[in-house]
Amino acid sequence: MSAVTAARDSAIKRNWRHLVHVLGGNPLTLAAFSLLILLVLVAVLGPSLVPFSPFASNAAEALKPPSTTHWFGTDSVGRDVFSRVIVATRLDLLISVSAVALSFLGGCLIGSIAGFYGGWFDRISGRLIDTIMAFPLFVLAMGIVAALGNNVANVVYATAIVNLPFYARLARTEVMIRREAGFVMAARLSGNSGPRILATQVFPNILPPMMVQISLNLGWAILNAAGLSFIGLGVRPPAAEWGIMVAEGANNIVSGEWWLAIFPGLALMLAVFTFNLLGDGLRDLVDPQRRT
Amino acid sequence: MSGPRSKLLLVGQRILHAVPALVGIVIITFLLTRALPGDPAAYFAGPTADAESIAQIRHNLGLDRSLPVQFVVYVRDLLHGDLGQSISTGQSVGHELMARLPASLELTLVALIVAIAIAVPLGILAATRPDSWVDHLCRFVVTLGVSLPTFFTGLALVYIFYYQLGWSPAPMGRLDILYASPAAITGFFTIDALLAGDFEIFKASVAQLVLPAVTLALFTLAPIARMTRASMLQVLASDFIRTARAAGLSRRKVLFTYAFGNAVLPVITTLGMVFSFVLGANVLVEKVFSWPGIGSFAVDALVSSDYAAVQGFVLTMAILFVALNLLVDVIYTLVDPRLSVPA
Amino acid sequence: MDRRTFLNAVVVSGAAGLLDVRGGAAAEDDTIVIAIGDTINSLDIQRSGSNRPAYQVAINAYDRLLAQGTVDDIYGTHSDYAKLRGELAESWDVAPDGLSVVFKLKPDAVFTDGTPVTADDVKWSFDRAVSIGGFPTQQFGIGKMTKPEQFSVIDPHTIKVTFPVGSKLSLPDFAVPLAIIYNSKVVKAHVTAADPWGAEYTHRNTAGSGAFHVERWDPGQQLVYIRNDHWKGGSVPAIRRAIIREIPSKSTRRALVERGDIHIDFDIGGKDAQELKASPKLKVASWPIVNVENVISLNVTFPPFQDRKVRQAVAWAVPYQQIFEQAAFGQGKAMFGAPGVPDSAVWPAAFPYKTDLDKAKALLAETAYKDGFTVPISIDLSTAEWSEPSALLVQESLGKIGITCTIDRIPGANWRTLALVQKKFPMIIDGFGGWLDTPDYYFFYTYTKGTLFNPAQYDNPEMAALVAKTMPMALNDPAYAPAVKRMIAIAIEDVPRIPLWQPALSSAMAKKVSGYESWFHRGVDARTLKLT
Repeated sequence: MSAVTAARDSAIKRNWRHLVHVLGGNPLTLAAFSLLILLVLVAVLGPSLVPFSPFASNAAEALKPPSTTHWFGTDSVGRDVFSRVIVATRLDLLISVSAVALSFLGGCLIGSIAGFYGGWFDRISGRLIDTIMAFPLFVLAMGIVAALGNNVANVVYATAIVNLPFYARLARTEVMIRREAGFVMAARLSGNSGPRILATQVFPNILPPMMVQISLNLGWAILNAAGLSFIGLGVRPPAAEWGIMVAEGANNIVSGEWWLAIFPGLALMLAVFTFNLLGDGLRDLVDPQRRT
Repeated sequence: MSGPRSKLLLVGQRILHAVPALVGIVIITFLLTRALPGDPAAYFAGPTADAESIAQIRHNLGLDRSLPVQFVVYVRDLLHGDLGQSISTGQSVGHELMARLPASLELTLVALIVAIAIAVPLGILAATRPDSWVDHLCRFVVTLGVSLPTFFTGLALVYIFYYQLGWSPAPMGRLDILYASPAAITGFFTIDALLAGDFEIFKASVAQLVLPAVTLALFTLAPIARMTRASMLQVLASDFIRTARAAGLSRRKVLFTYAFGNAVLPVITTLGMVFSFVLGANVLVEKVFSWPGIGSFAVDALVSSDYAAVQGFVLTMAILFVALNLLVDVIYTLVDPRLSVPA
Repeated sequence: MDRRTFLNAVVVSGAAGLLDVRGGAAAEDDTIVIAIGDTINSLDIQRSGSNRPAYQVAINAYDRLLAQGTVDDIYGTHSDYAKLRGELAESWDVAPDGLSVVFKLKPDAVFTDGTPVTADDVKWSFDRAVSIGGFPTQQFGIGKMTKPEQFSVIDPHTIKVTFPVGSKLSLPDFAVPLAIIYNSKVVKAHVTAADPWGAEYTHRNTAGSGAFHVERWDPGQQLVYIRNDHWKGGSVPAIRRAIIREIPSKSTRRALVERGDIHIDFDIGGKDAQELKASPKLKVASWPIVNVENVISLNVTFPPFQDRKVRQAVAWAVPYQQIFEQAAFGQGKAMFGAPGVPDSAVWPAAFPYKTDLDKAKALLAETAYKDGFTVPISIDLSTAEWSEPSALLVQESLGKIGITCTIDRIPGANWRTLALVQKKFPMIIDGFGGWLDTPDYYFFYTYTKGTLFNPAQYDNPEMAALVAKTMPMALNDPAYAPAVKRMIAIAIEDVPRIPLWQPALSSAMAKKVSGYESWFHRGVDARTLKLT
């Protein structure tokens, strides 16, 4: 066991050095990491930083363009767009992170068992996943939210279900590759049970490729929630959420109130952009041979 | 073992493989629509309906029967090719989908062509100079494209190119009011117009396509460019490219003839995935551009609990998805000499 | 000029989009393009499942025996419930006892296929309406017409309708959009055993005598009307062709009308109406629709709202003026802040409530809910444009008197079921309007137990008795006005429905459009439009 631990330690060190190397050589990934830290900070501290209540209406100040008081202008009932954009960070990150976490957990569980044991479970889960993948995903998400009820929790579930197949497939492939690997054989010979090997030996090794999928997915999850908002499903008013703000604001572009859509749009873009770049960067980290 | 026979066998196997997924789709869609809380009978009965007339309509629509019976009726109709009647548009679902599918397919295909025309060269460019500023710029640009919701990009493009600049025609669907649609042969207005030799209408339909296609294309640049880059890098690092270079072949010839020819397969696989993804995702773009496709039809159907329409749409998309994957597989087997029948 | 050179000329001149290509010469002023946001789902208003946008086909492609007249005032030209004129009827004669009416048809009236309109067509059409079920049968029932025996042909141009009891709603019922006259010969040719009234045929084809007939219908895209040069229902339209284009995105519609690519953006929101009124290129018609109110409805079976004082407290806490400005954008008529209980029998009537949080708190303190309670506000997703800002403002204001609200947006089909059929929601923001513009008719639908549009489940014996008493009364009955005033007083006192404003039907159009009329049925009436 100690040899394994030592090997893992050195692997962590190697990865760390690699991380530093990749970040040093890749300004975009470095920028993405910084942006991520910024996003998390805003999500945590945002509500205590904003100048106005994100929910307080103000009849006298409705639909005002950006000014020194209202940096991002005000919306149709006079709420401060800047405050709403900042406060929305937490909800948006929460939606995407919990949706992705759910599909990651579910997908890993199904995929690992299928990949490790094969047999009837593999066949049945495989068919089920084929079925979900053959659905038009956005419409499936819509259908789930419409059927379960129009609220944030169901947006999270819908996004999770729609994403689950990708994780399940990836996990299955990665587990299958490692099923017969030397270290698994060694663990098996030393009397470890199947589930134990899966959890302690195989699973940690499939994590890196999964991380890539996660960060790419986080961006997609935010866009998915925004799309649902555009057709009126999802977040319940008066909660601030970027997607719904863009969706409502987009109708006001032609009438000249550009600030309603642009600022939440930029925030949304920034977050999705961060996650996507991060995903790319992580891929380089995990899979160095992809870059020569 | 190879040859046309075995390839045919392979295709047959793939079709068989898709059957359980389709059966699953039929069941899940049926259950999902029944789980929608809306009551189509109440909707159908009109503005002043009382409980009695709603019950009457529920009976007429067959909705007062038990779920298993409804399912059997649905499957029986399906086997007869009857997708049912859409409540919200008042047309038969089969007719509706046939009329709308070409609109969505045409838009998606054009968008994909635009995306390929931009993303593949970007990917190759990035692969030839990995980690240079060119590489980073390519990555930055394509990632930016995928970071904005499509409805936002669409509305912004309409605002700039139609409302402000007036360069683009009015976003009123597939053709300006001025023109009558060409005689339907393929259902693709551009192709039908060319077949009819009517360049006026061809130009007009292309003009209508530009903004929605660009909106969708921006969204699909990233996966195509990424895959092109990755697959080019792999090929460029392989032995035969080194050999070719060592043999003194020109850089251009090595890059485009040998390297890209070999790198194209994974790109095709990605294209298959991207196509079905885009076909499902252009729902919102169709709304913005008043495009009479199946996506906007599906959204309206779902919101009004239009069972038959939702079921028909999902089934069509699933069949398309399966067919597309099949097509990609077939292209794969035809293009790639290494691929033989799996054991 | 052949079509190609014509088109080139159009493209070069940059006026693309508005011209009649098949007319040959530059017939710019006889094709009008109107954008609507919804989908027309049938050509037959009487078919079950036809949606509101589909009603306009009945207006433009069919005739009724009667039509409402119009009136000009500060809201432009709009329908006037007090006036009736003949459309297919040349004259009509109500029996002194009010139990029958004899219609004389215009002798030269013809259907679009050239065959004359006869009393047999009228009888067949009315038989159809009372037998086909659903909306038409219901609407005819309101006019006391339920059985085919009530319609009898006297001669080819005379038809008599009898009523079991007299009602002031009978005659106006011949002027509602769905009391249309079909070309019975044509429709009968397409009747099947399963479809005895030929609804499948009329669903896809028109068979009427209207000012236009449908030249082309691409469901989900557009409907094209072409003029009927032999129309006898009124003066033949000035425009030859009307194109109704379905554009779902309202901001796209606005862009189109501002850029001049369409002539009329029909049924626009309050914000667009308010802003486009200032546009130098456009004019806006905005008319408060008769007998319609947007209200907050409080479900009296929800425990806190069982207490009238709680309902009154809510009514005093609503930020009316702010809602009128930020949800209605000042379009329509305010229905609040009256100096007292109105002393007239006019409906909709402004209630004396205004925003007074102290009064609201005081009232609430007298109830078992002085510490507040929690209630969801439900709104229809399809009306979110105005109901959501209203709900937001109500939520904020009620929060100040200790009532915590959440806001639920309910998608279209669910709305009907949950809000109106099952009446499940404690508090909703919704609108209701009646085609027939009498107060008792409105009270019947919204304030009596068991009717569809009473989501508050309000039930008051005195109100029910008053409704039952006034429904058969003539408008000039001396007992009518006092009874209506009493109903209004009860509605104010019990306040199960809190009126917010009377909404407007607004449309934006190019300056060169004239002859636009606003109608109680809220559909496009292309018959009077002109391009000058």
